[in-house]
Amino acid sequence: MTDRRSFLRIAIIGTASLIVAGCDRISQSSWGPKVLDRAEGLNRRVQALLAPSSAMAKEYTEADISSVFHPNGTTMPNTQAYQALMANQFRDYKLQVDGMVTHPAMLSIDDLKKLDTRTQITRHDCVEGWSAIGKWQGTLLSAVLDHVGADPQARFVVFHCFDDMDVNTPYYESVDINEARHPQTLLAFALNDKPLPVPNGAPLRLRVGRQLGYKQAKYLSRIEVVKSFDKIGDGKGGYWEDQGYEWYAGI
Amino acid sequence: MDTPTSVSLESPRRLVYRHTLPIRIMHWINVIALSLMLFSGLQIFNAHPSLYWGNRSDKGKELLTLGAHQDSAGNLVGTARIGHHEFTTTGVLGVSKGSDGTLEVRGFPSWLTVPGPGWLAMGRRWHFFFAWVFVLNGLCYVAYSLARRHLQRDLWPTRADWRGIGHSILDHIRFRHPHGEEALRYNILQRLAYLIVIFVFGVGIVLMGLAMSPRMDAVLSPLVEAVGGRQSARTIHFIIAWVFVAFVLVHVFEVLISGVFNQLRGMITGYYKVDTGKVNTVRPEETISAEERSHD
Repeated sequence: MTDRRSFLRIAIIGTASLIVAGCDRISQSSWGPKVLDRAEGLNRRVQALLAPSSAMAKEYTEADISSVFHPNGTTMPNTQAYQALMANQFRDYKLQVDGMVTHPAMLSIDDLKKLDTRTQITRHDCVEGWSAIGKWQGTLLSAVLDHVGADPQARFVVFHCFDDMDVNTPYYESVDINEARHPQTLLAFALNDKPLPVPNGAPLRLRVGRQLGYKQAKYLSRIEVVKSFDKIGDGKGGYWEDQGYEWYAGI
Repeated sequence: MDTPTSVSLESPRRLVYRHTLPIRIMHWINVIALSLMLFSGLQIFNAHPSLYWGNRSDKGKELLTLGAHQDSAGNLVGTARIGHHEFTTTGVLGVSKGSDGTLEVRGFPSWLTVPGPGWLAMGRRWHFFFAWVFVLNGLCYVAYSLARRHLQRDLWPTRADWRGIGHSILDHIRFRHPHGEEALRYNILQRLAYLIVIFVFGVGIVLMGLAMSPRMDAVLSPLVEAVGGRQSARTIHFIIAWVFVAFVLVHVFEVLISGVFNQLRGMITGYYKVDTGKVNTVRPEETISAEERSHD
């Protein structure tokens, strides 16, 4: 019986290990990931069909807010530029907006507050699997795009951040114009009625209601309106995208 | 498959064409898709090896956590915590040997995850690719089975099936398997098992997967809230995955004890051998007592 049981155990673990090893070879091949990647485009198209671009993320009530909004990734950017701004409570902070726009601008938090703002209690879903709910107050990205006169030919908005992930590898992200103009896409300056805390992305971060956490770039320094992000970073549209994560993070 | 009604008394055994080619192909595609989704799903789970109920992942409110700590001697100890019960699971859950042979902190062991090493981005690619294979294969199966009346004829229980449920349960408990013509039709327990796995768990696991998608939640939030929230959906998704594992274990066990060679041949070539020598009537299973069903 013991023999049979250990034989079974070895057989099961052995079979599983063989499958895993085979899959690992495919994961590391040049063609494997390309085949698997086909699903990303399918997800994006089918989800856009099933959940139209105007569909709104669910908004929660005050009672649903997480007592602690878990900060993930960078929680204290150590770049000189950021440290200098932080030393002065971000009073000198200005968001640079440029690229395919008619009026490039440097916008302070007060400038942003003068544009259309919105408050929303939405859920944040991390790619790792956890969720948290927070109350975000911010300026509609569409209002900023209108303010600077974004070129209608532009296709993406790229978000450049203060935090370095590796040496000279700043965090960055990008969304397409549809997502950028969605009414729940905010440049958030407040979390739970308080100025955005440093671990959560002070003084300004992106909130995209319908994509995973890594799209919600923190510590924004500059917004660039572009036709293509091929020449930015490794060309995949974001820091985590350059590490192999999907650009479309709706799932 | 339909129950053949003609019985040749001259040849006690004959091959019956039981599973059509599309069914066989879809069965094996499903084997591959389900295995890879389980393995890649465990890789994804390892990125945050805790489960919750509701919409939030509040610290201290975990239903299940695969964790790790160091003992007084500095050795890594793996634990599985379910509610308030903690089990030491070093070597399998929480802490197990990585690909280089040293102990590392990880929810499920590397021999159960695709890819083997911790690699969430690649696990997601495998998972979402085979999710499409699983869904499209499942839709083809349902469409084909409806068109060929496989669902209506072979899986939907008849009145007689319902009446025979006690009998069928007893037979299963005693590991008695029908022989002859009777082995060709699914009994009530098989019918219910297949229907529930396909339409409750199969549909359910896909819906719970979609309920985790922030974009889909823009339209699925009534469903998400109905099951308790996104973290509840994640927990249910995880539980159904293990229900599938349990189903497959029972399924494989039944195949093993009911003539593994014949069953495998049935699902590979389509031909299933029936012993027609003993049974010379046209079915009515109720009239055949358990004793008459000989065992090999």
